[in-house]
Amino acid sequence: MTTRRNVLQTVLGGWALTGGGLGSQLARAALPQGALDSAVMERLPGKQPLIKRSYRPPNFESPLSYFEDAITPNDRFFVRWHLMGIAEVDPREWRLSIGGDAASKPFELTLEQLKNDFDPVEVVAVCQCSGNRRGLSDPHVPGVEWGYGAMGNARWKGARLKDILARAGLSKETVEIAFDGADRPALDVTPDFIKSLPAWKALDENTIVAYEMNGEPLPHHNGYPARLVVPGWTATYWMKQVVSIQALSKPLSNFWMAGAYRVPKGKFAFADRFVSQENETTTPITEIVVNSIITSHTDGARVTRGQPLTLKGIAWDSGAGIRRVDVSRDGGRSWEAADLGTDLGRFSFRPWQTTLTPTETGPLVLMARAMNRQGSTQVSELIFNNPGYHNNVIQAVALTVV
Amino acid sequence: MRFVKPLMFIGASLFGLALSSLSLGNEAHLKLAADADTGLVMARCAICHSVDYIQMNAPFLKRAGWEAEVKKMIKTYGAPVGDDDAAKIIDYLTRHYGVE
Repeated sequence: MTTRRNVLQTVLGGWALTGGGLGSQLARAALPQGALDSAVMERLPGKQPLIKRSYRPPNFESPLSYFEDAITPNDRFFVRWHLMGIAEVDPREWRLSIGGDAASKPFELTLEQLKNDFDPVEVVAVCQCSGNRRGLSDPHVPGVEWGYGAMGNARWKGARLKDILARAGLSKETVEIAFDGADRPALDVTPDFIKSLPAWKALDENTIVAYEMNGEPLPHHNGYPARLVVPGWTATYWMKQVVSIQALSKPLSNFWMAGAYRVPKGKFAFADRFVSQENETTTPITEIVVNSIITSHTDGARVTRGQPLTLKGIAWDSGAGIRRVDVSRDGGRSWEAADLGTDLGRFSFRPWQTTLTPTETGPLVLMARAMNRQGSTQVSELIFNNPGYHNNVIQAVALTVV
Repeated sequence: MRFVKPLMFIGASLFGLALSSLSLGNEAHLKLAADADTGLVMARCAICHSVDYIQMNAPFLKRAGWEAEVKKMIKTYGAPVGDDDAAKIIDYLTRHYGVE
């Protein structure tokens, strides 16, 4: 089987082995061989073919070609579940319970009430798995070995969570809001997937309980009939098939908060803190890091000398918005600004493109690097962490000019 | 609300019955490296997840890495695996899906 590593070594010749930083970076950016071998393109019901990482629970990622448009179509949107007991929800029977020890007026909503009792709002936002690109970690770390496609961007429509919570009589002691979905573990002893947000983030005007995705009901595998949408934060908080929202006066203590989805303190510069869940050494993952990908070309693509090529891609961050995307054709020594496309909102993928003309035959390595409006940019060396989160290493694509 | 009958998965796995009719997609076609402990690994690991989780996490874990994964499955997720079986599973994973 041809691996990315092989392709790059072939394309770059001895450079990958003997060259400087770029060569070693490129050679490292490969999935484990077992992940390459076990990946197949398969259709889940209602979906286009996606890259299968695991069947049960289903974890399927989008190939890069599906990010051609800034909005990811529902049938091309990645699928990620933690537990194998996935509910087939009957929308007439579905109920959303709102309560918790810090809520004096618990109540329930039907799907119709969720749609009709609150002002509908829309937000375009990137849903990105915390572990997106885990498979590119060096050294490799265990988990779902995602490539680049455990993410998508959609126009979400729903009710503001703060409007729903306003009816629940929250006490001043509320520190977190916890969310449970309808999925269940195979074994009763396995921790159910329940997550919490700090109260301030739950009450942010952009945090919604969404019942529409790109103008349609949510696909089953993306959380039908309703899911949490937490623009700017990684998808671990975007509870699918949400059935319970609990206001808590004490931090939620379970495996999924205390034992997973945590990053080492001090390694990443974040604005958003989740103070009630921090400990001495780690903190829950919060916002998405600034990132970009090239979508128009893949490794090994052949292009023609003297003919202009249009390099396209997308860039995103946690909501500051993308200020610029730069492209390098010389291994990162020099950079030129690409043109930014339509702005669909600060939480959205931002398309970009640039035209360039290869002047020499042989290998041509193209790189893209995004910067957000706060000046944060992508890294050239992986910031290694054991769970394999926040990989925003500058992507390089090796073309062959003929 | 109807669930995908997780208890049926458990029964099927524990008694070594075919998973095919209950599995999603083509899970039934997954093949682990064959040796005397393949059945044990299938019966225990596949209670909660398809075994492509093993395949994709290879080959980069050393014995200590696989041991940590198996212990996590038992301690954190409550996988019903006794000490003797855990040792065999760790050996198997290291042998076929590990390094060094």
